[in-house]
Amino acid sequence: MITNQTVVDDLVTQFGTSVTEFEQPYGMLTFTTIPEQIVEILAYLKNHKTLKFNFLTDITGVHFPDVEEKEFCVVYHLHSLENNVRVRIKVYLPEANLHIPTVIPVFVGANWMERETFDFYGIIFDGHPKMERILNMEDMDYHPMRKQYPLEDATRDDKIDALFGR
Amino acid sequence: MAEEVFEAKTTSDALAMNRPVVEDKGYTTLNLGPTHPATHGVFQNILTMDGDTIVHGEQTVGYIHRAFEKIAERRPFYQITTLTDRLNYCSSPINNFGWHMTVEKLLQVDVPKRAEYIRVIMMELARISDHVICNSILGVDTGAYSGFLYVFQEREKIYEIYEEVCGARLTTNMGRIGGMERDLSPTAIAKIKDLVYNSLPKVLAEFEKLFDRNRIFMDRTVNVGGITPERALDYGFTGPNLRAAGVDYDVRVMEPYSSYDDFDFNIPIGHNGDTYDRYLVRNMEMWESIKIIRQAIENLPEGPYYANENHYYLPPKKEVYRSMEALIYHFKIVMGEIDAPVGEVYHAVEGGNGEVGYYLISDGGRTPYRLHFRRPCFIYYQAYPEMCKGLTISDAVAIMSSLNVIAGELDA
Repeated sequence: MITNQTVVDDLVTQFGTSVTEFEQPYGMLTFTTIPEQIVEILAYLKNHKTLKFNFLTDITGVHFPDVEEKEFCVVYHLHSLENNVRVRIKVYLPEANLHIPTVIPVFVGANWMERETFDFYGIIFDGHPKMERILNMEDMDYHPMRKQYPLEDATRDDKIDALFGR
Repeated sequence: MAEEVFEAKTTSDALAMNRPVVEDKGYTTLNLGPTHPATHGVFQNILTMDGDTIVHGEQTVGYIHRAFEKIAERRPFYQITTLTDRLNYCSSPINNFGWHMTVEKLLQVDVPKRAEYIRVIMMELARISDHVICNSILGVDTGAYSGFLYVFQEREKIYEIYEEVCGARLTTNMGRIGGMERDLSPTAIAKIKDLVYNSLPKVLAEFEKLFDRNRIFMDRTVNVGGITPERALDYGFTGPNLRAAGVDYDVRVMEPYSSYDDFDFNIPIGHNGDTYDRYLVRNMEMWESIKIIRQAIENLPEGPYYANENHYYLPPKKEVYRSMEALIYHFKIVMGEIDAPVGEVYHAVEGGNGEVGYYLISDGGRTPYRLHFRRPCFIYYQAYPEMCKGLTISDAVAIMSSLNVIAGELDA
């Protein structure tokens, strides 16, 4: 029986201080690592004899404009189908250096998920065979999911928050 | 003069002239989509052909991208349900309830049994309608039109049940955060019973008789577009497409939600992961769904059909007119003025095509800080060129229908 604690112990002995901030929000083990380690950690978890995190559920990005040096976050969801345990791995990136290695060598399916993350957040996955936009059009010159782009037309003044008491 | 026009060397020239382009190696570049009757949705495949054989393929997606994740960052939680409708529009109720369950997980609401059973019934009906479309269209694409007409009558009956339960047919917006918006009416129960006991099993049996051992259908599908279980897992396949490859992963069993552990059902598994196996797995799954619906409708528990969650579930209209408290809650919910707790949730449900996941980050505001949809189509459609390699165009069309790629879900 593999529990979250087993995974934590295993990761700490293997990777030491490069894995940090272990939490369990709503039961899912979540931890943070550094960009240099991400490929190694995914490969380690995938090929582990007992843990067997053999399924990459999802890759996505998050933007935290107010957190200095950690403006962007790439979130990986892994699933061990055999043990039925999920983990969430976060990698924070500073806005000045939005580079992270691609994990396609470990999971082929990461290809489009990484392209989607690039498309919406501008995070560059080094080593990706085709780092291009996927859902938006190619001549778009910004990354729309970043928080500085408001959803509604900024020139409109009939929908300001003050009118709603916010 | 005419020869010059036909000797276009680049893909875009060829597309502009609506002609295949002949490259130096003797390969032809062919454009399948974005609006092609056989793609069943708006996506383009640029195929490199060696005669009749596909050498290489590349997909262009995003034609109907509607920025749902961005829109969701401005909307109160209950208004996001309408966005989920438009992901996989062949099985909207699954997406609706998946979203509701995500929010309920964030709020830690216990939904009454009756609501969960009603949800199960509606989700399984949605699964049937999803699989019915996929399999019958596969028939159409391989030259068998009549099966499509038989089962679409049953799909129509499912849509009538949706109509009875929530008032809409395609984009259902069914249920509410905390339960269902109304109880199952006697008419709805009668219609569901009629469907699962009388009409659907007969039609499904007939449909299987038409296809399962049909020589032409088998020639077109057996050993076409196979994928190994290792490769399928690597590509992030889920749902019937993964199970056809022989991996018994089903979210309903692995992480039972909405009382799925109360029901007795099997998970059909294929061997080769080819088009025929995908067809069979989907067909078998429909029988299992019928089984689940029968159990749920027979054992439908009594009691309330919504949770006591004042901040999210609209109070009954009668109360709103009489009680001050209900009126306040009604106003606050409708205006979207209720702050959600801080939290980070991932919730997955078994959609028509596989694991539909909702990754929600709430910063304590009235809207999600970040909402990401894990869309199974988007992830497994990557494998399409690999599956088509070395086959012909007609096979490629059959593979695409059997993968059940839904443009709405693909592009979000």
